[in-house]
Parts: sequence; structure tokens; C-alpha cells
Amino acid sequence: MTTPEQDAVAAITVEADRAAERGGTRVSLDAIWDALSTVPDPEIPVVSVVELGIVRAVEWTATGLEVRVTPTYSGCPATELIMDGIREALAEAGIVDARVTTVLSPAWTTDWIAPEARPKLAAFGIAPPGQAASRVEVTGISPLRRSREPVACPRCGSTETALLAQFGSTACKALYRCESCREPFDYFKPH
Amino acid sequence: MSLDTHLLEYVLRLADSDLVLAQRLGEWVGKGPVIEEDIALTNVGLDLIGQARMWFNYAGEVEARIKGTGRDEDQFAFRRDAHEFRNLLLVEQPNGSYADTLARQFLFDHWHLLALRALARSKDARVAEIAAKGAKEAAYHAERSSDWVIRLGDGTDESHRRMQAAIDELWRYAGEMFVPDAAETELAAAGIVPDARALQAPWDAAVDAVLAEATLVRPPAGYVQKGGKQGRHTEHLGHLLAEMQFLQRAYPDARW
Repeated sequence: MTTPEQDAVAAITVEADRAAERGGTRVSLDAIWDALSTVPDPEIPVVSVVELGIVRAVEWTATGLEVRVTPTYSGCPATELIMDGIREALAEAGIVDARVTTVLSPAWTTDWIAPEARPKLAAFGIAPPGQAASRVEVTGISPLRRSREPVACPRCGSTETALLAQFGSTACKALYRCESCREPFDYFKPH
Repeated sequence: MSLDTHLLEYVLRLADSDLVLAQRLGEWVGKGPVIEEDIALTNVGLDLIGQARMWFNYAGEVEARIKGTGRDEDQFAFRRDAHEFRNLLLVEQPNGSYADTLARQFLFDHWHLLALRALARSKDARVAEIAAKGAKEAAYHAERSSDWVIRLGDGTDESHRRMQAAIDELWRYAGEMFVPDAAETELAAAGIVPDARALQAPWDAAVDAVLAEATLVRPPAGYVQKGGKQGRHTEHLGHLLAEMQFLQRAYPDARW
């Protein structure tokens, strides 16, 4: 709960920010990208939405700031939470009337995950994805006989690993087991 | 009839097939043979729900172009009766045994993948972008269901028998996917959707390759049950909708 005084202060702050924007003192795009880099993925909190590659564009337009975001998977239940997180981070950076829009094309790929995020994923227990571009076409090819790209265990590094299930804790992951250290782990599927 | 009227019809077919199949897969929650499969089926369902939402939203936009106002995704999903649904008959068939569920998925996934890849080249930019996104997910679904058809077909005598029976039983519903109606033919002529018949040969090739490896026999060509795309459904859809739509019918516009 906030007191009427706090509300009033907040309203004044918002008005001051709007005035600053109108006066041309717009928050720099670098500062905005920094703010967005503080928004974690709700399922994989060690990686930010920027590192995940889903923030496609940030730009000042005649009508204000526009942030374009692309969903990972069509049905990812974290998408709405991510959009809220982005709006909150922008508000904290002093931008209250940003337009956060969804773009579908080009479709998100795990190849857009930032290189610096890969060791973070591994440290979190999730094997980072292989190159999506190298995925073998499935149609007409026997899926079982098709050799899968070796996946290294995020704990011990062994590539003696086996697929347990095509889906893990979320749609974007598969469940693997390490045959060396015997631990199960999630693999971020190349997509 | 304008092209938009046909497009609305076609987009609803895609949306409804995704939604109805997702609802079927959701019926497995808590009942999967093993927890990994429980999770996998519902994750596939989640992808399909996501795709259905994108198609419904576009259907609403197309409807608005025609009538001035368009329905939203919830109105499409929860306020239409069975005869207004345009899904393929295949996807409304009951879950049955695990072999039945996987056979249904396998026959659908390979059509879905081919259809979405072709739609990704649509002259309608919105159709193209939604399809391109969905195609990546459909590829994974096809890989997964093919994998299971092979495992069960080339498994024990019992799993082989059940998988063959499931394929035989559902085969009559697969033909509908390749029979275009006037709406589809006009849209295909305009470069907005693929010719449904052109998907048959690549589907045959993909399905036959998996069946052969699964030591299963492709059922002979026979009677093709059609009508889903025109709103003539099997008795199963009404029961599915009764459960899926209950809340919005009993408590319209309920929110939490």
C-alpha cells in the first residue's frame, strides 16, 4: 500500500520525466539497453532477455520509445511475464510510456543467444544449444538412425550423454542424462 | 465471396486444428504413461496453443476487415459451437491408447510441417510470419512423433500390434488434409495458401519412410472421411468442447 503523499510524489516524478522527454533530454539508447539487460528470463534467471536475443530493436520514434520483442516459442508461458518485466525496467529507467510491441518475423532462433550467456547457462546446469542452422531436416529421414550432435554434460563436461526425453522442464529444453557422472540435465534445444 | 472471407475460413481451420489437438493433448495431464511423456505431450500442446492464439488473432483482424469488427481469441475459442469449428476430423479423435494418441500426432505433424513450410512462402505477410514461426515447432513435433511410431512399431509384438491398429483406424481421417474446397482453391490461386493436393506426395514420402522403418504397413487407400473443414464433425468434438468451454459458458467473461 502507498500513502496519498507517496502517490503524489510518484505522480510528480512521472510528470517530471515526461517533461524531460518533451524537452529533448531523452534517455540514451545505451542506457535503455543497460536497463533491459537487468530483466531476467523468468525460467532461466541467470540470462537476461537481451542475452536471450528476444529484444530485437529499441528506438526513439516521434511518439516515444518503441521496444520490439519477439517470443521464443509460440506458446511460451513466460512471454507475458517478460513483457511486464521489460515495462517495469523501462519505468525504473524513467520511461513510462514506452510501446512494447511483439514482432514474429524473423522467427527467434537459439543462434541469437549471446556468446557470453552460454557459460552462464552451463553454470546454471543447462547445456547450451548447438547451432540451430546445422539441424538436420527431419522429413523423410529416420529420426532414430540420425546421429544427434553430441551434447556435453554441463557438470562434468563429458559428451557421453543420452537423450531421455525430447522435452524437459520447459518447451525450450530437452532432458538428457550424463553417462559419465550419471546426473540428469536440461539441454537448451537448438531452435 | 471475397478473398478475405475465404482467408478467414482458412485461418480458422489452422487455429481450430491447433486448439482442438492441444485440448486433446491436455487431457493427458497427470495421466501420461511416464512423467517425461506427460510433460512432452503437454509441451507439444503448449506450442499448438501458442500457434492457435496467433492464428485466432489474425482471424480477428481479417474478420474486422470484412465486417468492421472482429472477434478476439477467447470469443473464437469459447463462444462457438461444434458446427462453427473448422478443425480437421483427425485431431478431434479421442486419445484412446498411447498408440492412438501418437498415431494421430504423427499423421497430423507431417501434414502440419509441410503446410506451415508452404504457408511461410504465402503472399500474405501475416500468414507467412505466423507459419514460419510455427514450422520450427512443427519440425520438432514431427521428429518426436516419428521417433515414437518407430519405437512402438518396431518394438514388442504387443506395441507393434497396437501401433498398426491405431494407424489403420485413423487413416480414413488423414485424406481430408489433401482435399481442397473452393475456398482453398481460390486462395491457392492467389498465392496465399498452398494447393492442398500438392502436400500429398511429400507427406506420403515422409510417412512411408517412417512406417517402413517402424515395420508397419501403410493402410490401403480407401474411404476418406471429410467434413471437418466445413464444420461437419464426428460426435467427439461436441464432448471435447463441452469440457473446454464450460467455464466461459457458465461464467461468461470470467477473469482471475
